Amino acid sequence: MTFKPLDRVGIAARIAQDIPEGWFVNLGIGIPTGVSDHVPLDREVIFHSENGVIGAGPAPDPDHVNPYLVNAGTQHITLRTGGSFVHHADSFAIARGGHLDLCVLGAFEVAENGDIANWAHSAHDPVRQVGGAMDLAIGAQRLWVAMEHITKGKGHSRIRRLCSYPLTAKGVVRRVYTDMAVLDVTPKGFVVRDMVPGLTRDELQARSEAELHWS
Amino acid sequence: MIDKFVPDVTAALAGIADGSVILLAGFANGMPETLMQGLVAQGAGDLTLVANSGGRDDGPVAELLKSGRVRKLVCSFVRGTSVAGRQFAAGKLALEIVPQGTLAERIRAAGAGVQAFYTPTGADTILAEGRETRVINGRNCLLEYPLMGDVALVDAWEADRWGNLTHRESARNFNPIMAMAARLTIVQTRHVVPLGDIPPANVHTPGVFVHRVVHIPA
Repeated sequence: MTFKPLDRVGIAARIAQDIPEGWFVNLGIGIPTGVSDHVPLDREVIFHSENGVIGAGPAPDPDHVNPYLVNAGTQHITLRTGGSFVHHADSFAIARGGHLDLCVLGAFEVAENGDIANWAHSAHDPVRQVGGAMDLAIGAQRLWVAMEHITKGKGHSRIRRLCSYPLTAKGVVRRVYTDMAVLDVTPKGFVVRDMVPGLTRDELQARSEAELHWS
Repeated sequence: MIDKFVPDVTAALAGIADGSVILLAGFANGMPETLMQGLVAQGAGDLTLVANSGGRDDGPVAELLKSGRVRKLVCSFVRGTSVAGRQFAAGKLALEIVPQGTLAERIRAAGAGVQAFYTPTGADTILAEGRETRVINGRNCLLEYPLMGDVALVDAWEADRWGNLTHRESARNFNPIMAMAARLTIVQTRHVVPLGDIPPANVHTPGVFVHRVVHIPA
């Protein structure tokens, strides 16, 4: 094997390259949280955190932590100049009402029809962590997913013909960024837009349960 | 003269009955922790709690659950390794998982007199099984009903005697909407200010939604 998969920070940095100035963006918990670290502050992207923060900024230095200002992952943050606060119903009106240009979520699986599964491993999973994922998934203008291409333990592909886990939403994913490739979800299925250097088409297809297209 | 201040937590929580639906505000911060601790001591049982999350192993939600007085939890998020997660797995706690935006909107709807609404959130998921869905403007939508509380426990930064409130930064979260959605809204405030001190345009929760306020300094 002559290719090197991206690490989680590398996936976040790759996503940040594709976010233009002016977008209003929500970042989910996990890999997506790191995306904002790679958007330069002079590129004015407004980050939304679903606990009511518009204009979320980087982590504070340890001497200037505001205990009343956290993001949806409960990490202490700062507020960009121009930012504001709203209550929870308005914050989710932002998500559900189509006001976000982009939401980036982590996921267990994405299917070639745009289905996403990211909240439970089975219908009887005692861990029930839906949080705001279903609202963000149906509401944002664009939904991108950040995840590893295959599972850590058994090496199962997360790029599926159909999701095997309970769905978060149907037919909503537009693009997937993995540690190996960038894939668009199109009417004919997954179309590969980018791959890490050294990876061949056959090697990527071998790690994908769904059929991949190349143009 | 309108004066919603009560002298202490016991007076603030007086009369909460067995079987009540309790709205608990807060998302990491902005939690009415002293009132929640007081509710354990107050003794009402068979409670339904409505909160963003089921909490962790300690903290005010976990303490309420450990007290054995909670029958049902309505929330968006339960950790497997938490008091709520273990009680649910053991069959000791009824659990209703609600997507966080639907949770907020059901609470807002209760406060606004909206009797039901349709949303695409959750419509194509296992949360919709056995429930009414309908295609609206080409999208599959799920029917949702308002979530009214008998009691809301709310946190504020400042309060005046009419019950006008401000909330700090992201500590606002569920506080204004839960204040609107309960028959009895009880507030704990860090600071007490004279009527008129909060600039009218800066009131986050108007006092008309508030019934009792107790001063809990730092």
